[in-house]
Amino acid sequence: MRALKQHQGVVAPMDRSNVDTDMIIPKQFLKSIKRTGFGPNLFDELRYMDEGKPDQDCSTRPINPDFVLNQDRYKNASVLLARRNFGCGSSREHAPWALEDFGFRVIVAPSFADIFYNNCFKNGLLPIVLPEDVVGQLFREVEQSEGYQLAVDLEARTVTTPSGETFTFEVDDFRRHCLLNGLDDIGVTLEDAEVIRSYEESRRRTAPWLFGAGS
Amino acid sequence: MAGKTLYDKLWDDHLVKQRDDGSALIYIDRQLLHEVTSPQAFEGLRLAGRKPWRIDANIATPDHNVPTTDRDRGVEGIVDPVSRIQVETLDKNCDEFGILEFKIKDQRQGIVHVIGPEQGATLPGMSIVCGDSHTSTHGAFGCLAHGIGTSEVEHVLATQCLVQQKMKNMLVKVNGKLDPGVTGKDVVLAIIGKIGTAGGTGYAIEFGGEAIQGLSMEGRMTICNMSIEAGARVGMVAVDDTTIDYVRNRPFGPKGDQWDAAVNYWRTLHSDSDATFDKVVELDGSEIQPQVSWGTSPEMVVGIDGRVPDPEQEADPIKREGIVRALKYMGLQPNMAITDIKLDRVFIGSCTNSRIEDLREAAAVVKGRKVSPILKQAMVVPGSGLVKAQAEQEGLDKIFIEAGLEWRDPGCSMCLAMNADKLGQGEHCASTSNRNFEGRQGFGGRTHLVSPAMAAAAAVTGHFVDVRELTN
Ligand code: SF4
Repeated sequence: MRALKQHQGVVAPMDRSNVDTDMIIPKQFLKSIKRTGFGPNLFDELRYMDEGKPDQDCSTRPINPDFVLNQDRYKNASVLLARRNFGCGSSREHAPWALEDFGFRVIVAPSFADIFYNNCFKNGLLPIVLPEDVVGQLFREVEQSEGYQLAVDLEARTVTTPSGETFTFEVDDFRRHCLLNGLDDIGVTLEDAEVIRSYEESRRRTAPWLFGAGS
Repeated sequence: MAGKTLYDKLWDDHLVKQRDDGSALIYIDRQLLHEVTSPQAFEGLRLAGRKPWRIDANIATPDHNVPTTDRDRGVEGIVDPVSRIQVETLDKNCDEFGILEFKIKDQRQGIVHVIGPEQGATLPGMSIVCGDSHTSTHGAFGCLAHGIGTSEVEHVLATQCLVQQKMKNMLVKVNGKLDPGVTGKDVVLAIIGKIGTAGGTGYAIEFGGEAIQGLSMEGRMTICNMSIEAGARVGMVAVDDTTIDYVRNRPFGPKGDQWDAAVNYWRTLHSDSDATFDKVVELDGSEIQPQVSWGTSPEMVVGIDGRVPDPEQEADPIKREGIVRALKYMGLQPNMAITDIKLDRVFIGSCTNSRIEDLREAAAVVKGRKVSPILKQAMVVPGSGLVKAQAEQEGLDKIFIEAGLEWRDPGCSMCLAMNADKLGQGEHCASTSNRNFEGRQGFGGRTHLVSPAMAAAAAVTGHFVDVRELTN
C-alpha cells in the first residue's frame, strides 16, 4: 500500500450528501477481477451522459459538462470535498479503488459511512472528518478561488487552507500508523500468530461445534 | 459493575488481542464468500504466498452475477462474458484453496445471507464476516456479523481475524404489537425513516422489544439485514426459543451432546437487564403502517397513507436539496399520495426478503388474483435453491405463475441488476430489496422499497395500496 504522510492538492467539491457507493462506482464495473483500472468509471452515471459498460473506451463517451470533475478547474484534483455520510451503501472496495485510481488521495467530509471509511485506509486514501461548519466554509472557499488547494499533514493531523488557516482532525493511531508507513496490516496481524493460535485452541475446547463443520 | 450488552458479550468472546492503540483483533468463526468481492482477495493471498488460515471456516457461493433463468446450463449459461469470468474465478479459487463452495448448479446455491442460516452455517454466538454490507443479516441469530471490504476478506482468509475498534451500543426498542399485514420490513423501514441513514453510524444496534420478540427468524433477518441502511455495520437480536428452534437440525449445526452444550451457551446471548446503552431509540410498533420509500435513500420513506414530502417544508438546507434532487430523479411531485405512484415492475427477492416466509406472504396476497395489465413485469426470485424447492413443494410457484408473476431461479437478481434482470430508464419498481439509490436496479431506474406483501398488492393493482385492504 502507498504511504501517505503529507499531501497537497487541488480540491474538487462534491456538493451533495449521502453519496453512495453505487454512485461512486456503478455495479457493472464490479465484475472486474482486478483492483485497478476503475478510475475512468468513477462517478460514471454522473460523469457521462450514456450508460457505461465494462471494458469500454471512456475517452469517446459523451460527458456531462455540469459534473464537477468534468470542469477544467478540477481536472487534476486530488482532494475531494464532500458532504454528510459520504460512501454509504455497499461494502464494495471498488469505491476507494476508483477514487484512488482517478487520483484522489484525501477526502474531506463531515461524516463517512463506517465500511467505506475503513476501506479507504487499506488503499492509501485518507478520509478526514471535519465539522460541518468548517466543511461549509471550505465549500465556499473552493467555489470562490480557482486552483484552491488544501495541504494535509497526517503526522500532525492537520488540514491547512491557502490562507494559512489550520484545522486539526482525529484519526485512530493504528490506522494512522499503517497509512504513514504504507504497512500491509496482514503482516502486522501475523506477528501475533501465536496469540491467535492459542485463542483458537481455547475456542475449540469451549465451542467445538464451530470447527470442522461441513457435511 | 453494570451488566453487559449482547454486543459486549459477543465482543469479549471473540477478543483475541486488545492493542495499545485502541484497535483489537477479533476472531472470526465464519467467513462467507461470493464472486464479486473475493477475486482480488484470493489474488492478494497468492501474490503474498499466503495460505488461508482455517479452510473450514469458509463457505462460498456465487450469487450476484448468476442468471435467474436457464440455469441447467450452469456457468455456461451466463451470457455476459465478464460475469461468467467472475463466477468461474470463484470456482477456481475455491477449488485451488480447498474451500467449500455451493456452485451454480448445487441446490444449496443462493444468496449468501440466505444460505448461511439455512445451512446452520450461521449459528448463535458466532462472529461472521462477508464482503458484503448486508452481512448484518446474520445478527438476527445473536451473532456478531460484519460486512467487510475486499482487503479485509483477504485479511480474514490469511489470519482468521479482523482488526476492529469496539463500536458504541445502541438499543432500538420496538414496543407493542404489530398490526397484521405489518412486517419486519415495515418495521425496519420505519426505524430508518426515524433515525436516518447515518443514525446508526459507529454503533452496533440491538433490536429488541415486544414487536421484535414476536417476529419469526425471517422477520428478524429482514430487520438486521437493513441495519446497514441505518448506517450500522452490525445489527443483532437476542437469542430466544424462536432462534433455537430455527437452528435445530440444520446441516452445519451441532449434534448430540454438542447441541446441548451449544444451547446452554446460546441462552446467555442477550443483554443483561442492567446493561447500559449509549443510545436508546423507542418506537411504538402498533403505530407502524406498511411503508413505501419514495426517494433515493432508504430514509426517504413514509406510511402507505402518506404523501410525497414537499421540500418547501424542510428547514435543513442540505436535506431540502436532497429532497429536490430525489423528487427530480424519481419523477414525483411534492404532496402526491403514495397510492398515486404508477408502477412498471414488481420485484420480490433479495437477501432482505426472499425467504420462504416472504414468499408465503406474497403468495397469500396474489392468490386468485391477476397481475395488473399496467405492469410490464412482476417477478419472484427465491433466495436459494432450497427456498425454491420448499416453495414448489407448498405450491407457491403455481400461485405466482397463475397470477402472472415470473418464477425464477435464485440469486441477487434485480436487487442490484448485475445480471440481466434490470429496470429500464424512468421505470418505477415496487421492490422488496434494500436500496433505492439512483441507478441501483438499472440505469435511470426508480426503486420503491416495500415488504413482500406490499409488493404483491402492488403487483395485482398496478399501484401502491395498503395490503390490509386486500386481505381483510
Ligand atoms: S441480494 Fe442485493 S443486497 Fe443482498 S447480497 Fe445480493 S446484491 Fe447485495
